[in-house]
Amino acid sequence: MSTLTVLSIGPGVTVQDMGRSGTLAYGLSRGGAMDRLALAEGAALLGQSADLAVLEMAGMGGRFEAGRDLRIALTGATMRATIDGAKLAWGASHLLPRGAILDIGPVTAGAYGYLHVGGGIDLPQILGARSTHLAAGLGKVLATGDQLPLGTDTGGDTGLHLPQSDRFNGGTIRVVPSLQTDLFPQDQRDRFTATRFSRDTRANRMGVRLASEGEGFSVSGGLSVVSELIVPGDIQVTGDGAPFVLMAESQTTGGYPRIGTVLPCDLPRVAQAPAGATLDFRFVTMDEALEAERRFRAEIKALPTQIKPLVRNPHDIRDLLSYQLISGVTTGYDPEGDMT
Amino acid sequence: MTDDPTFPRIRSAGTDGLLVSFGERLSEPANRAALAFRAAVDRAGWAGVEETSTSLVSTYLRFDPLGPGADSIRPQLETLLAEKTWTDADLPQGRRFFRIPTVYGTDRAPQLAEAAEVAGLSVEQAIDSISNARVRVTTIGFAPGQPYLGELPEVWDIPRQSALTPTVPMGALVVAIRQLVLFSVTTPTGWRHIGQTAFRLFRPDSDTPFVLRPGDEAQFIPTAPDQLANMDTDPDGGATSEVIR
Repeated sequence: MSTLTVLSIGPGVTVQDMGRSGTLAYGLSRGGAMDRLALAEGAALLGQSADLAVLEMAGMGGRFEAGRDLRIALTGATMRATIDGAKLAWGASHLLPRGAILDIGPVTAGAYGYLHVGGGIDLPQILGARSTHLAAGLGKVLATGDQLPLGTDTGGDTGLHLPQSDRFNGGTIRVVPSLQTDLFPQDQRDRFTATRFSRDTRANRMGVRLASEGEGFSVSGGLSVVSELIVPGDIQVTGDGAPFVLMAESQTTGGYPRIGTVLPCDLPRVAQAPAGATLDFRFVTMDEALEAERRFRAEIKALPTQIKPLVRNPHDIRDLLSYQLISGVTTGYDPEGDMT
Repeated sequence: MTDDPTFPRIRSAGTDGLLVSFGERLSEPANRAALAFRAAVDRAGWAGVEETSTSLVSTYLRFDPLGPGADSIRPQLETLLAEKTWTDADLPQGRRFFRIPTVYGTDRAPQLAEAAEVAGLSVEQAIDSISNARVRVTTIGFAPGQPYLGELPEVWDIPRQSALTPTVPMGALVVAIRQLVLFSVTTPTGWRHIGQTAFRLFRPDSDTPFVLRPGDEAQFIPTAPDQLANMDTDPDGGATSEVIR
């Protein structure tokens, strides 16, 4: 079986997919990739299912070597990446020849980068998915020396580029009222939407803390409300008054009141906001939320039509061609766009 | 349970879910209603429903918001709600009673004294009160396989902490608002850590990954720290169980 070998690795790299369905009743949240749009982008670049497992890289990538010629795609937060020293475009697919070294460094924009492989990472499913769920103790962060099994690639072109929809600098996040929005007095809700928050350094796959100047948010009796269901995107206000956007690995129930719920299509923007980025919130109606979801899905469906051959500068092409002469690999980097 | 005319109440939860609540606060009838109503929704098998679950007093349904969404599911919920008085429903079948060895206080559970003080009890009274309570699993939630257990005597109607405790270990027994939670993972919490068990609630490699079910009952038996340490290799942590008849 061919594998992807981890030669060195950043501190927060995990295997992710679309997460689990049907485990909520057992207290296990959906989990899965923080930025699901990045999964769709990688799937479009490689012409395969968005349900296949990928590597999610929080802030820093790693060095990898494949046991076979491997199609890869790089999406989500932009990271510095090379194959045997030759610079790679982000938001693009490439051929990683067998034995070559793929080196993915720190993020230059955003928070979570994604490495997709042709055929997906073929770990056994646990409770219906391959995604690591750190909060539940399912799977683990990757370590040097790990060998990841590769699925069967149905094949396709590489050297393709997909413009990444801009979601890496914070911005305005749309929310609908949550179950407990009414518990917050109107002046608190007004102040919430008027506040420019900055993404705190305290953020992980469970949630993203929002920092702001000025006083925090609270409800009367807020520490004694009945524990109730949580959905991803709920913005929980704990006792210290700072809002917390609950993300992929959130708890499934909780008693701290929630001031709103982020639209699923805006969650990638929250996930990808780097520490210090500014976020603000705007309430929308359910009809507006559904219309936004409709547009988001239409954009995902249209991703394949946005794909263009990579345009390379001559310096990179020379490096890559010389590499190909040595390795005998002749596909994947044709600047003319003929990828057969 | 008062006959509050505002319940049962249907509300949206996010853009892709509906929540049917049977009470404002935890009560046994509201909890039984939530469990029985979810079972009825599952039996009904409506088009578009992707997942269901229960919380303490509510039944939740998730669906594709652009499929047969809230507009088609809400009327079906209203019809099903009208079929009977759900707060009169029976508890689930096949319930079990667990006796779980527990270290109260010490450095294994450092917030016992603080919790007792908030409840207005001495430490001895607190241990006596909690360890003699036979509590029921009202829901599984927060973390995998993790039970909310209730209801404790009124004296335990204490709020959560204002700040989160950064981590409590797996097997921690915590208290707030007349309920206990037994933690299945190491996690932050706003509840106070009063006891420590060696009971594993989530066993992903086993045929029964989630041990407890809503309706099961439990009692937390005082145990010395050195005895609990001996149980750390046993996934049941020395707990025994019997079927409730």
